[in-house]
Amino acid sequence: MPNLKDLKNRIESVKSTRKITKAMQMVAAAKLRRAQEAAEQSRPYTERFNAVLGGLAAAVGTSDGAPLLLRGSGDDKVHMLVVMTAERGLCGGFNSTIVKLAKARAQALLAEGKTVKILTVGKKGREQLKSEYANLMVDHVDLSEVKRLGYDHAKDIAVGLLKRFEAVEFDVATIFYNRFQSVISQIPTAQQVIPASYDAPEGEDAGVGSDYDYEPDQDQILADLLPRGVATQIFAALLENGASEQGARMSAMDNATRNAGDMIDNLTIEYNRSRQAVITNELIEIISGAEAL
Amino acid sequence: MADTMQFDLVSPEQKLASLQVSSVQIPGADGQMTAMPNHAPVITTLRPGVLHVKGPEGEVSYAVTGGFAEINPEGLSVLAEKAIAMKDASMSDLEPVVAAARDAAANAAPEQRDMAELLLADLETLMSDMV
Repeated sequence: MPNLKDLKNRIESVKSTRKITKAMQMVAAAKLRRAQEAAEQSRPYTERFNAVLGGLAAAVGTSDGAPLLLRGSGDDKVHMLVVMTAERGLCGGFNSTIVKLAKARAQALLAEGKTVKILTVGKKGREQLKSEYANLMVDHVDLSEVKRLGYDHAKDIAVGLLKRFEAVEFDVATIFYNRFQSVISQIPTAQQVIPASYDAPEGEDAGVGSDYDYEPDQDQILADLLPRGVATQIFAALLENGASEQGARMSAMDNATRNAGDMIDNLTIEYNRSRQAVITNELIEIISGAEAL
Repeated sequence: MADTMQFDLVSPEQKLASLQVSSVQIPGADGQMTAMPNHAPVITTLRPGVLHVKGPEGEVSYAVTGGFAEINPEGLSVLAEKAIAMKDASMSDLEPVVAAARDAAANAAPEQRDMAELLLADLETLMSDMV
C-alpha cells in the first residue's frame, strides 16, 4: 500500500504539470494564429511570383540557354537535403515525421549510389540526424534566437544554398518541411527547389509570359527572379513549418493536459481508497482493543 | 479611357497596398518609368528606389529594395522584396534601402551608372527631407 503522503505529493506534481501543459497549449494557440496570419499574408506575393515565374520558365523552357537554376547542372549525383524542423521539442510527432521522411529519402539516394549532403534548419532535426548521418551534414542554420520569422531569414538560407550551388557542391536540392493542413494534421513534404520546377500557369493566368514586354530582356529577368524564387519557396516552407509546429504543439499539449487530468482522477481515487483503508484499520484496532478488555 | 487602375504592392511578409490609382512611377531596371491606365503589358525588374503612387486620395510613396513589377492595361502589381511606406518610415528603416542603392550604384555598368546614381541621390534627398 503506497504511503498517503507520497500519493498526495504525486497528485500535486501532476497538477502542476497540467498547469504547465495547459499554459503551453494556450501559448501555442496564440502563436498558431499569428503563424497562420503570416502565412496568409505571404500568399498573394507567392502566388503572383509563381505565376510570373511559371510563365517565364515555360517560355524559356529547359533549352541549353536556360539558366542553370532552371535546367539543373545536368547531373543528379549529389543531392542536398534541406531538413527544416523546429527549435524546440514538445510538439508531438512534428520533428520526427520530417526527419523520418528525410531519412527515407537519404537512404534511397544512398542505395542508388548518389552522394547525399544534409543541411539542417532547426535544432531538433539536427539532433535526430546527427547520430546516423553526422558525416553527411554540411551546415546548420540556427533560428533559435528568432522571435518573428521574416523574409530575411529565408533569404539568408537561400543565399547560402545558392552559393553552394554555384560552387557545384550539389546538383539537386530538396527541402523537407511540414505542410500545415489543420491543427491535428500536418503533412511532411519534400519539395525540390533546385533545379526549380515551375508549373506553367493554366487558365486565366496562361497569358503571362506570352504577350508581355520584358525590361530588360526575358533571360535577364529570369536570371534575376530565379534566385528570389528559391528564397520565396524557402520562406513559404518556413511559414508553413511554423504554423505546423504550433499546431502540432497545440494538439500535443492538449493531449498532455487531458492525460494529466485522467491521471489526477485515478490518483485521487487511489488516495481516497488508501485513506479509507487506514481509517478502517484504525477502527478495527480500536474495536478489537476495546473487545479485549 | 479609364482614368484609374488597380495597384497592388505586395512583399513576402505582407500586402502593403491595394487601391485604385491614376499613375505610378516605378524605378525600373532600365530607368524610371511611369505606369498609367491602359499601359502595354510589361514585366520589369526593379532597382532599389522609390515608388510614387498618384491616386484619388493624393500621393503616396514607398521605398522598395528591389523586386519586379507586372504592368498590364488593367493594373499594376509590384512584388517588392521589402517595401516601406514613406510616411511611416524612419531613418533606420530606410538605411538598408539606401545601402542597397549605393551598392547598385557602385556596381553598375558605366552606361547605367548615371541612372543608379540618380536614384541614390533621390533617396538621399528623401532621407534628408525627413530629418
